[in-house]
Amino acid sequence: MKPRPFDYVRPDTIDEAIEILAEHGDDARVLAGGQTLLAMLNLRLVAPEVVVDITRIAELDAIREVDGRIEVGAAVTQNRLLDWPALAQKLPLLAAALPFVGHFQTRNKGTVCGSVAHADPASEIPLALAVLDGEVVLCSTRGTRVLPAGEFQQGMLATARAPDELITAVRFPAAGSRGVAFREIARRHGDFAIVAVAAAVESAGSIRIGVGGMTGCPAVRRIKRDGNGAAKDAIERIAWELEGYDDIHASARMRRDLLRRIGPVVVEGAIRCAA
Amino acid sequence: MRRIGKDQRARIALTLNGRKLAGEAEPRMLLSDFIRQVLGATGTHVGCEHGVCGCCTVLIDGAAVRSCLTLAVQAEGRAVTTVESLADGGKLNALQQAFQNNHALQCGFCTPGILMSFTDFLARKPHPSEAEVVEVLGGHLCRCTGYAGIVAAVLEAAGGQGRENK
Repeated sequence: MKPRPFDYVRPDTIDEAIEILAEHGDDARVLAGGQTLLAMLNLRLVAPEVVVDITRIAELDAIREVDGRIEVGAAVTQNRLLDWPALAQKLPLLAAALPFVGHFQTRNKGTVCGSVAHADPASEIPLALAVLDGEVVLCSTRGTRVLPAGEFQQGMLATARAPDELITAVRFPAAGSRGVAFREIARRHGDFAIVAVAAAVESAGSIRIGVGGMTGCPAVRRIKRDGNGAAKDAIERIAWELEGYDDIHASARMRRDLLRRIGPVVVEGAIRCAA
Repeated sequence: MRRIGKDQRARIALTLNGRKLAGEAEPRMLLSDFIRQVLGATGTHVGCEHGVCGCCTVLIDGAAVRSCLTLAVQAEGRAVTTVESLADGGKLNALQQAFQNNHALQCGFCTPGILMSFTDFLARKPHPSEAEVVEVLGGHLCRCTGYAGIVAAVLEAAGGQGRENK
């Protein structure tokens, strides 16, 4: 199908973009890579009055290191981050997870921030952002605010972004020496995960584990690091607590079973990576 | 700042296969439709129109993307490359020839998109592994050949042997 008619605006600066959003609010949709939005427009799942194309705002097209955090601007594509030479050293969790985001062809256009903005419960980038305790930078004519990932994503496709706000960047804490690991189960490579698990070793005593695909948004829990048996028990508790859900891809029971199987492997992987 | 009203047709200029061209489009016109219907280059095929099948894959500034998930106006000023650019007159390029050698197409509907994906991929990675080829091919659907011939063709184009039992 074809999209319903809309006005197209392509601002050159962040200031222009947020003025348009302030004017149109809910009637406007921000277009970055468009790898979800264009499909939704074509299927007429959304029909905005105004589409605001931010891909030619030069100040959004940058990867920067600021105070130990890697800031990825809203126009940066997933393949550009994947090809960033420092990625494996600075953001090893993203180096592991990004190859699972869509396909080579969609990563050429899809953006890192767009994936966070869309907030699919099974998507990899929001999961990585949540596990690493990253931040989302939101800008409007009212000012700028920075939200932790856990406060930004509120549920399935639901976020704390106000209608007049533009996500200008996301910030991932740089790895330092801590270990990370990622794994997902999908029917085919490039599909949304049925269950995805990411882990980051915080200190000698604890590990942050994040689970995608089980609840409306990435679930992050802290577990103790004292032998494999303990991790397995903790993941068993998390599986029952999160419960999972039934859809056409998998039953809730299958989701719990997948978490039980890959959870301990991911935790062990993160510990090994930290060693 | 570029602004086009929903009822307006704007003149969109871009480079298609090295030639500077322009045509008129409403904001909602997809690049796939612009290339086919406005510019008249019908080598690019349109399958699902929501980014799943990969038929409509073209290069924008060298990068393989879904033209059905791109607005025509977004390609303004960019270099778009389609399957028509590959052959030199009647002579197939190495990738196309490898497709013929390995029976990598039957109906040919998906082929233009697959050729463009691997045009980008092989430019970045001239000697990929079979697993890497399979991963990139994962972004396309082919409903007649199965994928073995396509994988063999890409490997042959990349300097390998192609299908062993051909």
